[in-house]
Amino acid sequence: MTDDAEATNVSTPPVEFVGEVHDDLGEFRSLRGDVWRQFKRHKGAVLGVVLLTLITFGCMFGPILLPFDTKTPVVLNANRGPGWPHIWGTDNLGRDAFTRALLGGRISLAVGFVAMTVSILLGVLIGVVAGFFRSLDGILMRFTDLFLSLPLLPVLLVVIVLFRDPVQESLGEGLGIFVLMVLIIGGTSWMQTARIVRGEVLALKEQEFILASRSVGTRPMRIIGKHIVPNVMSPVIVSASLGIAIAILTESAVSFLGLGFPLNLPTWGRLLNEAKDRMSLNIWLVAGPGLLLSLTVMSVNFIGDGLRDALDPQNRSKG
Amino acid sequence: MLRYVVRRLLVAIPTLLVISLVVFAILDLAPGDPTSQLPLTIPLDIRENIRESLGFNDPFFVRWVNWVRLMFINEPIELFESFTNTCIGDCENRDRIISWQSRSPAMDTIYERLPQTMWVLGLGLLFGVMIAVPIGTIQAYRQYSWFDNFGTFVTMLGYSVPVFVIGPLFIWLFSVKLGWLPTFYKTTHDVQITSWSSIWFQFKQLAMPVGVLTLFNAATFGRFARAAVLENLNEGYVRTARSKGLSEGIVMTRHVVRNSLIPVITLLALSIPGIFGGAIITENIFRINGLGQLLLLSIGQNDIPMVQSLVFMFAVLTVFFNVIADVLYGFLDPRIRYD
Repeated sequence: MTDDAEATNVSTPPVEFVGEVHDDLGEFRSLRGDVWRQFKRHKGAVLGVVLLTLITFGCMFGPILLPFDTKTPVVLNANRGPGWPHIWGTDNLGRDAFTRALLGGRISLAVGFVAMTVSILLGVLIGVVAGFFRSLDGILMRFTDLFLSLPLLPVLLVVIVLFRDPVQESLGEGLGIFVLMVLIIGGTSWMQTARIVRGEVLALKEQEFILASRSVGTRPMRIIGKHIVPNVMSPVIVSASLGIAIAILTESAVSFLGLGFPLNLPTWGRLLNEAKDRMSLNIWLVAGPGLLLSLTVMSVNFIGDGLRDALDPQNRSKG
Repeated sequence: MLRYVVRRLLVAIPTLLVISLVVFAILDLAPGDPTSQLPLTIPLDIRENIRESLGFNDPFFVRWVNWVRLMFINEPIELFESFTNTCIGDCENRDRIISWQSRSPAMDTIYERLPQTMWVLGLGLLFGVMIAVPIGTIQAYRQYSWFDNFGTFVTMLGYSVPVFVIGPLFIWLFSVKLGWLPTFYKTTHDVQITSWSSIWFQFKQLAMPVGVLTLFNAATFGRFARAAVLENLNEGYVRTARSKGLSEGIVMTRHVVRNSLIPVITLLALSIPGIFGGAIITENIFRINGLGQLLLLSIGQNDIPMVQSLVFMFAVLTVFFNVIADVLYGFLDPRIRYD
């Protein structure tokens, strides 16, 4: 509370800060620095960042560095239990389960990030338009409510089955299903973001700086770009981090039901789908991808929690 | 209160109509064709006649209105008749939505499958909330205690480990390794109230699917219940209640928990579609032949009328649970009831 005392007593020069002093920042504390400082206090969030980084890099470089070939089946090596050199054993075609799980992570993580981006872009677009233009608010929010009351997983499954073949024909097998999954997951998960953004925009719109900007003749598009969007970034960042978890889980659920990615492009969900009938031979076929998937989702959730705490100004001033 | 419920039900009808339009439109784009599974020896002109007689060549809007007529008028009448054993109008030759695969009314199959889904889903939801609310309340009451920290960690775990990971692991542990529980659900098992072994078997085969859903729901709602109770504990009315000499137990149960249930029920209503998603996956893992399994089967068989009816049924159930949540809401919060 020394800060408050200094703030009220103007005659005292603000020479030194009580509490942590950052050697690189000196007496100047930037917003970004403050957020980072608060974020670091959240132990779970820091753990989440470390784990997510490890898993991401593991999935990117692990399959290259590990000396196992996942293309050629070696039947003599099939269905081994965990041991050395196959730490999670091998699958029914003798391929290393650990390498396969890391390979699966590549697609799962990629779908997660890209689908989240689609969902956030859609959510921000719809939220900002609904909040800013009163004439469009009603219809856009009814649209959002409709999406919220749709039974999403059944619709998702149906749409994927219906459009899989035509999209794969025009874009190729792998790219086709990737684009389809990303668009569908993104297109069915933007609603919460849109609602949050709309609420924020409605509150922002009434503030003086927007009025000032309007009165000097700034066009609406520029107001949105310069003033509205930067000011709604905090909740958007939080819902983006949680959106990754939702996207990864949705993709895995669809692939687990056998309707997502094909067998030759394994994702964590697809590996689980394959392994669930063979788990009495080697439980790591289920536990391995399941562990990586759960750890990823947990890290992302923790990071989201940490960001929410760190980006909330009320919370930050307490720290 | 009754007026409130009726008004809420009436509002649901246009929502369902719009949903039916969306569902119908999506499936109408399907390349599926009821004549595709007929023998190739049938000449093309007869094939065309069959398509014509099924109304396949009508414009989209006509087919949708026809579908709505069957779904919103004929099917409810049929349901009412089968409950009351009556006959309204021409009950022998009434048009119904016919599955391409089984050639029988799609809704009859759905009614057969509905109880399994509702049992697993309902019990999972009920137990989940019953565990989540007390634990979340104690966590909030003793914030930052070891119990709270432990609970937060377990909640995060339950929230992050998906149903389709924990389900197979449960089967591996309890069925394969320990041999305590059956691997999959036997729907033909007929529960006899008089026989203990029959009830015990039903209990054992429900244990894993319900347990998996309970864990997931408890984690979701526990997190939320804790946050809601924490928020309410700092309110002025809690201080008032304490200062007028109420015991802590009464303050918590009558005031804090009751008020905290309102956001929990909002979340409940919002997460119903997700819970149905979880039910589809759970049914797939434990081979329960409920609505979710039927949906996957019909998608595989390209049985468009069945898929349409099922997706619509999921929407009906979602809206129905939302209405229940709203009614509970009115029950907990008089301001909404008397609006």
